[in-house]
Amino acid sequence: MSAIDFGRRTRIVRVLDGRMNFRLDMPVLLLSGLMAALALVVMLLTLASGDYPVALTDVISALVGQAEGRIHMVVVEWRLPRALLALIFGAALGISGAIFQSLTRNPLGSPDVIGFNSGAYTGALLVIIVFSGNYYQVAGGALLGGMVTALAVYLLAWRRGVQGFRLIIVGIGMSAMLSSLNTWLMLRADLEVAMAAAVWGAGSLNGLGLDKLWPTLLVMGVLIPLAFILARPMKQLEMGDDAARALGITVEPVRLTLLVVGVALTATATAVAGPIAFVSLAAPQIARRVTGAAGVALIPSAAMGALMLAAADFLAQRAFAPTQLPVGVVTVSIGGLYFVWLLVREARRQ
Amino acid sequence: MSGQDKMNRHVDPTALGGTTRLSARKATFGYDQRVISRDLSVDIPDGGFTVIVGANACGKSTLLRALSRLIQPSSGQVLLDGKAISHYPAKEVARRLGLLPQTSIAPEGITVADLVARGRYPHQKFIRQWSVEDEAAVIDAMEATRITPLSHRLVDELSGGQRQRVWVAMVLAQQTPMLLLDEPTTYLDIAHQIELLELLATLNRRDGHTVVAVLHDLNHACRYASHIIAMRDGAIVAEGAPAEIITAELVEEVFGLACIIIDDPLAKTPMVIPRGSISHGDPVLQE
Repeated sequence: MSAIDFGRRTRIVRVLDGRMNFRLDMPVLLLSGLMAALALVVMLLTLASGDYPVALTDVISALVGQAEGRIHMVVVEWRLPRALLALIFGAALGISGAIFQSLTRNPLGSPDVIGFNSGAYTGALLVIIVFSGNYYQVAGGALLGGMVTALAVYLLAWRRGVQGFRLIIVGIGMSAMLSSLNTWLMLRADLEVAMAAAVWGAGSLNGLGLDKLWPTLLVMGVLIPLAFILARPMKQLEMGDDAARALGITVEPVRLTLLVVGVALTATATAVAGPIAFVSLAAPQIARRVTGAAGVALIPSAAMGALMLAAADFLAQRAFAPTQLPVGVVTVSIGGLYFVWLLVREARRQ
Repeated sequence: MSGQDKMNRHVDPTALGGTTRLSARKATFGYDQRVISRDLSVDIPDGGFTVIVGANACGKSTLLRALSRLIQPSSGQVLLDGKAISHYPAKEVARRLGLLPQTSIAPEGITVADLVARGRYPHQKFIRQWSVEDEAAVIDAMEATRITPLSHRLVDELSGGQRQRVWVAMVLAQQTPMLLLDEPTTYLDIAHQIELLELLATLNRRDGHTVVAVLHDLNHACRYASHIIAMRDGAIVAEGAPAEIITAELVEEVFGLACIIIDDPLAKTPMVIPRGSISHGDPVLQE
């Protein structure tokens, strides 16, 4: 308990004779836990359903290694990697969106709005259409395209440091330019190649297996903890550059590190699954409204991102079964609904 | 004005038995290629209430930014406790010197206590995010600024005067011996301006904080400052106690304003009365 009324249920935790101590915002913690739990429930449903339905009890025994061979194969080897990737990428996109929205101090400042996805798509298209590359070459092209775009936006927006609004405006311009380039590339391609490119461009988890899970876990195992370590200076930056510097933040190095981590999180997801839109835009804002936290926060954004992508991928697999939709189509639809809700809400407030 | 004159009108605080922890030594600084101040030297008297005054764009805020390492001098130095301020780790400076910038942004949906608590950042680490000292410092800062009853409120919902007290509390929670404030009274109505200046004077006299503020109102400066630094075109024209340096000639020189100086009937500090060209009884007004 704290003697201070923070206006929110707050718990102070002190361990090791007070040498480690934390101030916990209980609503944020509990609601994040709830979102994470819901995401796990959705994952269990995903593991249970499909062309070969499995009872939930069998799913659980398969997860703890007690199921017979065939069920084990369906649940653990076929379905689990994809379900885990949905959770991990969802969390990564949520964190990435929160980082960018915090840095730009603007709910529109998410990586998919400021050109990253268009750039990754351009990179992938060049590899698919011009070099007819394989999966890994396409992933590499997307990674490179996204990174180069992010760097270009950063440099073009630079004037004595980078300001959020300029970053968004430059990013939107860059995004529009690259989109038209992408259209032109598609128009020049053969029909079948263009179809494959379009599927990649929608963002899909179809057919992702164990071989994609391990490298993803490795990269995310570095990036996500790094993001959480940077969360505290990130919160200070929200108060303005001068205020942050006055409080002992080295503004430009911290901002650059955050940008690199934010870009790398989205880049990893995009390289493996294609550009999955709207999760990084919507998850932090929905999480903020659910938890009532001040500003965008990483943990709720990660939990909400995981829940959104897990649910979207469940729908993508089951909504029009046996037809499998790219998950990006579902997230865009959810994102559209989110925008309608946001606009209605803003209109009512006025 | 010749260099000799300039020297005579400077009161060296160390010569008066005072000390300084923060000073500039022949510092040249500005923005990008534009130099605002050249070879500027100044000592901030320790334990004083220093007010920097001057006309718009005279470089007073820029001086405050240089003193608080928001901008780097291109030559010369800013010294903090005898060492170049740029040689300290960022957090170490933030434990000695608190700054309230002209504009700060309260994150959407933040409560008063949560914002004040952010002032504790330079004292915290990843594994030490809320120590007993953090808690005590925030309680003290909110008491000193009389915002304890507001602690649970959203910052967005407060009035301008309350919000400014919250920001001062955030800087106080930093527990620095020195407080620098860049135009803290701008955007406040007259009653809230006085309330804030009284608060700063209390922090200075009762709690022993060294206070440095940039103010627009010369009469406020005369009333509350123990030391005034008057600037024009990026240079210090005069500095010293208000009663010693504020003359009609100085105001004319610094602000280009014709005036007379009388004694403030309450505080006995100098008070600036502008002459103007239109007065009561002026036939132009009566027509």
